[in-house]
Amino acid sequence: MDDLYREQIIDRYKRPQMRGVLEPHDYTYEDDNPLCGDRIRIDVRVDESGHIHEAAFSGQGCAISQASADLLTESIIGKSVEEVKAVGKEQVLDLLGIELGPVRLKCALLSLKVLKAGLYGMEALEEELI
Amino acid sequence: MAQPSQVMVADADRVRAEFPILGRETRPGVPLVYLDSAATSQKPRKVIDAMTQFYERQNANIHRGVYQLAEEATQAHESARARIAQFIGARSPREIVFTRNTTEAINLVAHSWGRSSLVRGDVILLTEMEHHSNLVPWQMLAAERDLRLEFVPIAEDGRLDLEAYGALLELRPRLVGFAHMSNMLGTINPAKEITELAHQAGALVLLDAAQSVPHLPVHAADLDVDFLAFSGHKMCGPTGIGVLYGRESLLEAMPPFLGGGDMIKRVHLREFVPNEIPFKFEAGTPAIAEAIGLGAAVDFLCEIGMQSVLAHEQSLVAYAMQRLEEVPGLRLYGPEADERGGVTSFTMQGIHPHDVAQILDQHGVAVRAGHHCAMPIHERYGIPASTRASYYLYNTLADVDRLIEGLNQACEIFG
Repeated sequence: MDDLYREQIIDRYKRPQMRGVLEPHDYTYEDDNPLCGDRIRIDVRVDESGHIHEAAFSGQGCAISQASADLLTESIIGKSVEEVKAVGKEQVLDLLGIELGPVRLKCALLSLKVLKAGLYGMEALEEELI
Repeated sequence: MAQPSQVMVADADRVRAEFPILGRETRPGVPLVYLDSAATSQKPRKVIDAMTQFYERQNANIHRGVYQLAEEATQAHESARARIAQFIGARSPREIVFTRNTTEAINLVAHSWGRSSLVRGDVILLTEMEHHSNLVPWQMLAAERDLRLEFVPIAEDGRLDLEAYGALLELRPRLVGFAHMSNMLGTINPAKEITELAHQAGALVLLDAAQSVPHLPVHAADLDVDFLAFSGHKMCGPTGIGVLYGRESLLEAMPPFLGGGDMIKRVHLREFVPNEIPFKFEAGTPAIAEAIGLGAAVDFLCEIGMQSVLAHEQSLVAYAMQRLEEVPGLRLYGPEADERGGVTSFTMQGIHPHDVAQILDQHGVAVRAGHHCAMPIHERYGIPASTRASYYLYNTLADVDRLIEGLNQACEIFG
């Protein structure tokens, strides 16, 4: 019955492929959605040519947020940092394959927000400013 | 406690028929099961009609015009105030200040009484189970005035730790502010006892009655509280109208809150003379139709009787707690049924509250998922969020059964 809870999402939530922490990493960022308590961190390692060769996510939250992080992290392996910076919300929603209302959209897109903030160097910026 | 069937509001179908929205389906073929009344209640026909009637027959500004329409509007507005005063056991309508909601009422106390009475180092004593509306105004004032905030802890069973409260009173707080009923745990706090102890320690008392006035008999003078705040929209009334009850002598001594029309007696270019209470605190054209709607809501609740409303909800919550315990991996927060109102908040092993709420929505069951504007309670229990089902006079045992069916399906999907 539940379109939102298609097998893929439940499966990714229960058995994520990309869960973990990379230390050291080239890029990392962590953020949360205080409204629902979803929290995601994404770590990325890049090779000499600027392509992502390892990525992992960690955190906790609802099935949509965690499945989205798992699918997104998997999808960026082998892509260049510049390519991933250009990933838009439509691509994440395509990965999930479901229609979402405005509240759940925030859950689904938290991982993209975290990934992009990492690649744009938010962490370094925060360290510099705070 | 009596069996559910004996104390349910006499005729649940008759009560439900008063609420037009309960006749709708969530989606085609899926009837609505509304279990989010702690956020806002549904509105009976009587309230909707009273507001429509006002706009169609009596609309005019109040306290100003000398024409028939304006006099009728003023009379309807002030009659609502008088009925609300009686409903909550105020000594006089002069003690009823209309605000937008509970939040604004508490902000009024913080701005007016707080700023004129509190000095650096003064202690405000709150509790860990407060809604954000009874935390943030005091945090803001504390930062401005260098006040000290202290908190009565929550015991493991979801009740306030009254022993710790006794010890905290030795700090000689100027104000004790607490929720009559927790919007997350459902705990009904012993307001009279807490108030008496506060007064013995020389503190004033502010009661956040947002969850109690809609659900149980509340008598301000009997409780002996100094301030009491509640919202219309949680008690079958409209949004945009709330009440601050204040002891008359205190309101008289307090400076105005917002400045403008209606709150003044006379205005010169460089000075003004404030109006009498309660108008002194009601600047600008108020929410007239909403006050009239709240008056109608009070009439509606009086016809049913608040004792019946409470009994109905306690029987529902006792049944709900018993059924919720059957759901695998479910953890329920808060005290036993006889010390709580119609609120059940819970978490489920391995399923985030958002997912629970979404699956329930597929069954037409509307619940709240998140922190319910009470983040510190969730921190206290070490959880990021919870799912809350809350009950009101129009809910039935069948609604609880639908909730349990949905939760069992969530277990299947995520199992």
